[in-house]
Amino acid sequence: MLIFEQSSKGRRAHAQSPATRASLDDLPSELLRDTPPLMPEVSEMQAVRHYTRLSQKNFSIDTHFYPLGSCTMKYNPRACNSLAMLPGLVDRHPYAPESHSQGFLSCMHDLQEILKEVTGMKAVSLAPMAGAQGEFAGVAMIKAYHDSRDDTARNEIIVPDAAHGTNPASAVMCGYKIKEIPTRDDGDIDVDALKQALGPQTAGIMLTNPSTVGVFERRIQEIAALVHEAGGLLYYDGANLNAILGKVRPGDMGFDVIHMNLHKTFSTPHGGGGPGAGPVGVSKRLEPFLPIPMVDHDGTAYRFVSADDRPQSIGRLSAFAGNAGILLRAYIYARLLGREGMTRVAEYSTLNANYMLKKMQAAGFEAAYPERRATHEFIITLRKEARELGVTAMDFAKRLLDYGVHAPTTYFPLLVPECFLIEPTETESIDALDSFIEAMIKIREEAETEADMVKGAPYTLPVRRLDDVKAARELDITWSPDS
Amino acid sequence: MPFIPHTEEEVRQMLDAIGANSIDDLFDEIPSELRSFSLDRIPDGLPEMEVAQLMHERARKDSNVHCFIGAGAYDHHIPSAVWEIATRGEFYSAYTPYQAEASQGTLQLLYEYQSMMAALMAMDVSNASLYDGASALGEAILMAIRAHRKSKSKKILVPRSLHPAYRAAANTIVKNQNIELIDIPFDETTGKTSLTALNEYAGTDITALVIGQPNFFGVLDDVDELTRWAEENNAMIIAVVNPLAMSILKPPGQWGNNGADIACGEGQPLGIPLSSGGPYFGFMCATQKIVRQMPGRIIGRTVDLDGKQGFSLTLQAREQHIRRSKATSNICTNQGLMVTAATIHMSLLGAEGLARAAAASHDKHRKLVSGLSAIPGVEVKFNTPVFNETVIRLPKKSSEVLESLAADNILAGFDLADDYPELGDALLVCSTEKQSDQSIDLFIEKLEKIC
Amino acid sequence: MSYIPSDLLFTSSHEWIRDEGDDTVTIGITDHAQELLGDLVFIELPEVGDTIESGGEAGVVESVKAASDVFSPVSGEVIEVNEDLVDSPELVNEQAYDNGWIYKIKLADPAELDGLLNAEAYTEVVEADEH
Repeated sequence: MLIFEQSSKGRRAHAQSPATRASLDDLPSELLRDTPPLMPEVSEMQAVRHYTRLSQKNFSIDTHFYPLGSCTMKYNPRACNSLAMLPGLVDRHPYAPESHSQGFLSCMHDLQEILKEVTGMKAVSLAPMAGAQGEFAGVAMIKAYHDSRDDTARNEIIVPDAAHGTNPASAVMCGYKIKEIPTRDDGDIDVDALKQALGPQTAGIMLTNPSTVGVFERRIQEIAALVHEAGGLLYYDGANLNAILGKVRPGDMGFDVIHMNLHKTFSTPHGGGGPGAGPVGVSKRLEPFLPIPMVDHDGTAYRFVSADDRPQSIGRLSAFAGNAGILLRAYIYARLLGREGMTRVAEYSTLNANYMLKKMQAAGFEAAYPERRATHEFIITLRKEARELGVTAMDFAKRLLDYGVHAPTTYFPLLVPECFLIEPTETESIDALDSFIEAMIKIREEAETEADMVKGAPYTLPVRRLDDVKAARELDITWSPDS
Repeated sequence: MPFIPHTEEEVRQMLDAIGANSIDDLFDEIPSELRSFSLDRIPDGLPEMEVAQLMHERARKDSNVHCFIGAGAYDHHIPSAVWEIATRGEFYSAYTPYQAEASQGTLQLLYEYQSMMAALMAMDVSNASLYDGASALGEAILMAIRAHRKSKSKKILVPRSLHPAYRAAANTIVKNQNIELIDIPFDETTGKTSLTALNEYAGTDITALVIGQPNFFGVLDDVDELTRWAEENNAMIIAVVNPLAMSILKPPGQWGNNGADIACGEGQPLGIPLSSGGPYFGFMCATQKIVRQMPGRIIGRTVDLDGKQGFSLTLQAREQHIRRSKATSNICTNQGLMVTAATIHMSLLGAEGLARAAAASHDKHRKLVSGLSAIPGVEVKFNTPVFNETVIRLPKKSSEVLESLAADNILAGFDLADDYPELGDALLVCSTEKQSDQSIDLFIEKLEKIC
Repeated sequence: MSYIPSDLLFTSSHEWIRDEGDDTVTIGITDHAQELLGDLVFIELPEVGDTIESGGEAGVVESVKAASDVFSPVSGEVIEVNEDLVDSPELVNEQAYDNGWIYKIKLADPAELDGLLNAEAYTEVVEADEH
């Protein structure tokens, strides 16, 4: 039942509003609202019960194993939340003067320094509010760089065909055309195709390493040299940073600009879809273009770096300082982990992924790149099962829900048919991994003998499979009393 | 090893299964020269107790202030239940609801959110949020250009009385796409958008007019007149509004003859703490006619195989993960956690509670302004009704006044000198229903001493 | 193997063209295309009166899992669009070549029809795709 359907006229959470309604007679009547909006009319108890019960319908990291490839569903330490919400921090106004903001500013400055060091970049801005905004900022900086050198013929960005959709979308938002290059069967990008694609029109290339197919781009140094030689810059999509944190640094690989997804690598909450945080890091030549604001220390105190300090900045991306509360959570996480903890992230996420890969292969599942090491994630293709048993990756995914596991990422990257992109993360124990593999084996057995049952899964959740076609054709996105 | 559960025995077992000798072997595809560096400048890890001590110390430094700053971020009462429920693990650590059957909690909540926002704005539809108010404006401009089939100019009229950071952020988003943002000045006496200035563009091809309510100065603009101007000139109307104020003011869907086409703004006043400016959430509502041009996630109601009601992400084909370079936007995230809190907040307050909070803010603000303007040398700049912020002119340099008052932990307002030098020594002062009378009296007392 | 009528012309981007004989053509998307897209939920139609170049975008067909551009194989003016698709996009799935037609064009250059694929050539395109 919707919250609206539990309403009763005149019902309210009386403790939560002033005892009387103040007069508005000093305001012109034509500017006032004449009918109140249709909102819930429930008691405090009803609201609490309703939303508590809704929460219980969700899968979450706190309740289920969630091996979503490319999402890094690791444990979100509770301290990160409670300490970020301390009085003084949670109620600090964005425009509070620097004299009264040294606590907050010191955390931001420290985080900038930590992110610089762990990625091998020369400067960092914490401004972008999500990965996609980080990508936009990164590509905008590439453009600003070429424009500053009057190198305006460069109008193309190269993107592998396996790239995440935000990559080409972000490049287009910056006014670029896209040139796609293929990925080879062994998982690396096609360097010959790259050579063909490079030219005086190349502004840059957007890459993820490890790539979206879950393997390390082995010829990255060669690729970097080729792109730089052609006058282009390299953009690093940090979605898979968890695989290499503390083990390899994008700066050392030759990348000129990177974005990080703090809601992945630095364990800030996924929150049912956000908020994220997508700080960007750059090499020396892109430093003047970083988005504002940033935080500096002038020898005595911390201060904001503003538009006046950075005349060539690509500008501001948000009204204030980005997702500050998320940045605080990432900072607290970084202090809990420390230097050794960060390296352990890469080591144990990679151990977990390789273990799962080997066990699944041993159980007869087909790896998409069987000759390659898994990084922090790997791909299984269920095309054989789809062909022989008529049961697709989607069907396996839905049946896994009945086994109490959130399905891995399905159908991404697009170039592996019927794929599962599996990322256990470093915070899962061997028991969780073994349970997953057992569940997959059981589901395959079920598919062999009762395929129709698997195709009708899930059965044990609040709803069964939903009619997406109806949802899109008969668009119902706003409740009304007669609906 | 914090957060890592593996025992030595388990590690050995796993390496055996893989056929590797050590964890380092697993990195053998990576060129060795890429693997040598030290991370000296990252401090050692700390146990939770020590991190807590560190954070308490830093939080203390920024505490105990009397804050009279608004300028786009407002300190309203938030019921305790809001964040207790929003930070439940099932909401906090859930992913984007791509597997709908496993996410009915979040999906139903987002559907309820969409419905509440549409009702508050008196518009047909809402999305499930964007990053913040400023970027929502950028997205609204891109949407208006896509949706307005007859206009080719890509010219957008933006009042100078709109939040300067919003104008700057919108500019960052649109500048590489041949879109022109044109400044429309405000009237020096009233602080409202100048119709005279607007009329210079009458009869020309304008894609959209942006209207703020209240505007950055807290001033209530003539939204009906401005909307009718846009209607007469075939421009789309983008409303940028304070959602709490909409509980008592005429909402964008009812402006002018046909209402606004797109309404957007900052959702922070609906249950989100100040938190240094983020995370907040941007809301966006629109008319049914242009719903397919709306960026961001949208949740739809449908049925499952048994005919039971359920919710799922819909209209995904427009989004980046499917449409890629032709997507309505590159946006991937919505501000799920913030919207969760806002929805619980709106349910707890209801229409009446929101209206009382808004009215109380307005009322407290009148008290503040009446006290401040009684100080010799201090005057209210614009002779126009406001919501909960006012521009006051000072007899001394605004930065000096702010510094003096800050020494008493009074954060007196937003200094307008940088963004609006034509206003002279002026501050934008704000108060909400949360301001105590003692705080207000202290502010007035201290300011009087200085002036 | 999807159905391919022998009396139509085709493009490698899966549009079909029917020459109406009076310098106008009717255009839609093929059975193969609708199979790939899945259940269609929305069709963005071109506007009557629009001038389109050969290879230009004439509209968008949207399913739950994809949104594909419909390209115009010929140049000319859009003279009619299939309004039925607004309420019933599934017509494209059910009757791709009949009531699922999308738009009609008055040809700017009838010779452009010579550059299109016949049924045999299009069959090869589909076979390569399905491989």
